Amino acid sequence: MVLLIQYTLIFAAVLLLVALGGCFSEHSGVINIGLEGIMVMGALGGALVMRFLPYNPDTANLLTNLGVFACVALASIAAGMIYSLLLAVACINFKADQTIVGTAMNLLGTALATVIVKSMNTAINPDDHSSEIQYINAKKAFLSDFGGKFELNWFVILAIILLVIATILLYKTRFGLRLRACGEHPQAADSVGINVYKMRYAGVLISGFLGGLGGITYITAGVSVWKFENGVAGFGFLALAVMIFGAWHPVRIAGAAVLFGLFRALGNVYNGIPLLANMGIPSAVYNMLPYIVSLIVLAFTSKNSRAPKAEGIPYDKGQR
Amino acid sequence: MKQRTPLLRKSAAQTLLASLLCILLGLLVGYLALLIIEPSGAWEAILAVLKNFLKYPTGAQKVKYLGSTLVKTAPLLLCSLSVLFAYKVGLFNIGVAGQYVLGAAASLGCALLAGLPWYVCLLAAVAAAAISGALCGVLRAYLNVNVVISGIMLNWISLYATNLILKGGMEKTGKDTIRLVKANKDAILPTLGLDKLFNNNQYVTIAIPIAIIVAIVIWVLLDKTKFGYELKATGNNLNAAKYCGMKENRNIILTMVIAAALAGLGAGLYYLSDFEQWNVNSSSVPAMGFNGIAAAFLGGLHPIGAIFSSFFIQHITLGGANVDLSHYCAQIADFISSIIIYLCGFVLFFKTCLNRALDRREEKKIQAAKANSATEEGGNK
Repeated sequence: MVLLIQYTLIFAAVLLLVALGGCFSEHSGVINIGLEGIMVMGALGGALVMRFLPYNPDTANLLTNLGVFACVALASIAAGMIYSLLLAVACINFKADQTIVGTAMNLLGTALATVIVKSMNTAINPDDHSSEIQYINAKKAFLSDFGGKFELNWFVILAIILLVIATILLYKTRFGLRLRACGEHPQAADSVGINVYKMRYAGVLISGFLGGLGGITYITAGVSVWKFENGVAGFGFLALAVMIFGAWHPVRIAGAAVLFGLFRALGNVYNGIPLLANMGIPSAVYNMLPYIVSLIVLAFTSKNSRAPKAEGIPYDKGQR
Repeated sequence: MKQRTPLLRKSAAQTLLASLLCILLGLLVGYLALLIIEPSGAWEAILAVLKNFLKYPTGAQKVKYLGSTLVKTAPLLLCSLSVLFAYKVGLFNIGVAGQYVLGAAASLGCALLAGLPWYVCLLAAVAAAAISGALCGVLRAYLNVNVVISGIMLNWISLYATNLILKGGMEKTGKDTIRLVKANKDAILPTLGLDKLFNNNQYVTIAIPIAIIVAIVIWVLLDKTKFGYELKATGNNLNAAKYCGMKENRNIILTMVIAAALAGLGAGLYYLSDFEQWNVNSSSVPAMGFNGIAAAFLGGLHPIGAIFSSFFIQHITLGGANVDLSHYCAQIADFISSIIIYLCGFVLFFKTCLNRALDRREEKKIQAAKANSATEEGGNK
């Protein structure tokens, strides 16, 4: 049961971070289908730092642990933000179709990460053609162990802090109001002197920031080695479902993330729960569960969508 | 007098130019990536990607492996037709990968678990995928669920369901399904002598001509029939279509059903040629569906264009496996094709730029002509 809570927390944190990223991007008026790709790149950035950072868990103290955590987080954030520029440039400056570009970014994220990791592995050891990065030691820097039963990943705490910041940023600051105006009616926003292009860049870059963090959180959830060929298993899209279910509002998104995280966690831990293990349901069913639930939830919540009105439409200054 | 439009003004010519530019830039970026990884063999590597079956020394071998490339092109073409068909109606069928997977489940399931002949397996593949497409369409039409999101969710659901179903038809060793040659010969598609054309490549079956015929049918359906016109009108403006008395919800659902059926047909045609088996431990959907998206956009969203773009994408994907693996990896081909899709997003921008440049040139010409005539008039006085 403790294990279920632990996994629910970590998966909820991933979904929360990425869905908040999607939320910022969509409030600025850009649909970010490419979150999946951003997660992969963020995960890659963080994993590379963990792979090469000299870290010895036996001699570490709180300060070095915090340092490692900060380095990993910053690398993921940087990777996510740089990668999200691909979306920003294409969709804001060149008015490209946001769905095509987002899809391309998802494919590109996995392909690029695989190429980078494989060529790195092969360069280090010519016989190594895998796309895996191992980070068993460095991961210990940001895991707090409570009596060997419950492991708290620091990214969960970071996600909660960012949730608070995101809510305040969106609803209590001038920046948030302007951002949302650009997603609802960019022409009106422009007429009162808001630079729509800048605001949309901000929205997309914030989604890169949060998406990158989500990516590194995802690959440190429960495993200590990641095969980049697999991408992030549709988590970017689950996060979009969470965002829609959460009606584009950070606090509701948090609630939705916990619900989806619970279903995802069941797949990892159902063997340890006697009641579920005895039912003899194949593991594939548990793997399907979060996706089935999200489909059902979307069917009931999409009718009265509260999506930002101008999302998905490139802003053209000359248009009426 | 009917005026001839200049070649560069023609939409088809512009699309072709844009696609070629995307390919060129994609290859360039791929080459740069190879240079960064290891400069010494980069040129050979990009040539290997581009050569694919042409690397074999004898003509007979070339023909045989051209056949193999075509075997994999047929399902890709159907996937790209699925994407472009839905896209013409304003729906982005990202669920093509899942529909393809369901087609594999149904065709192989019928062949291995029920021992049915090939035509039944093929119909089952089409039907299974169509049902999934109908679900997507109904969710979109009546409950306003975005097809991109529901499509992705169905991709994962279909993948796990397929693994579960096909576990029953697994080899004793390994994780692949049993080869049809061993399990059920009747389920293999007939070749009608086509294999002889490709140096006895037994995987070349009626799948290839079927795929091309379907492409032509889709072209006629979209561009030459009332039904296709209605579908496109629904895609352009749902409310206007409704106002004109078209059944917009029916059109959306029908579109998704047809698009999904195409993907299912592709999977059936591929897995029933026995070229590849299904790995029941698959942790991600086969690349075929997503490559179909690339092929659809690269082909300028035209069914005939899709034939060529599908062949090209498949050609470089297979070519990717031929790079020198001591430095590079086969995924370089995926990298190049994803760059190409990314660039396809810029096609509209490219066309606007081209048109604007042409406008400017014409305007200059007119002004020059005016200036000329003005000076001539001045001289006559």
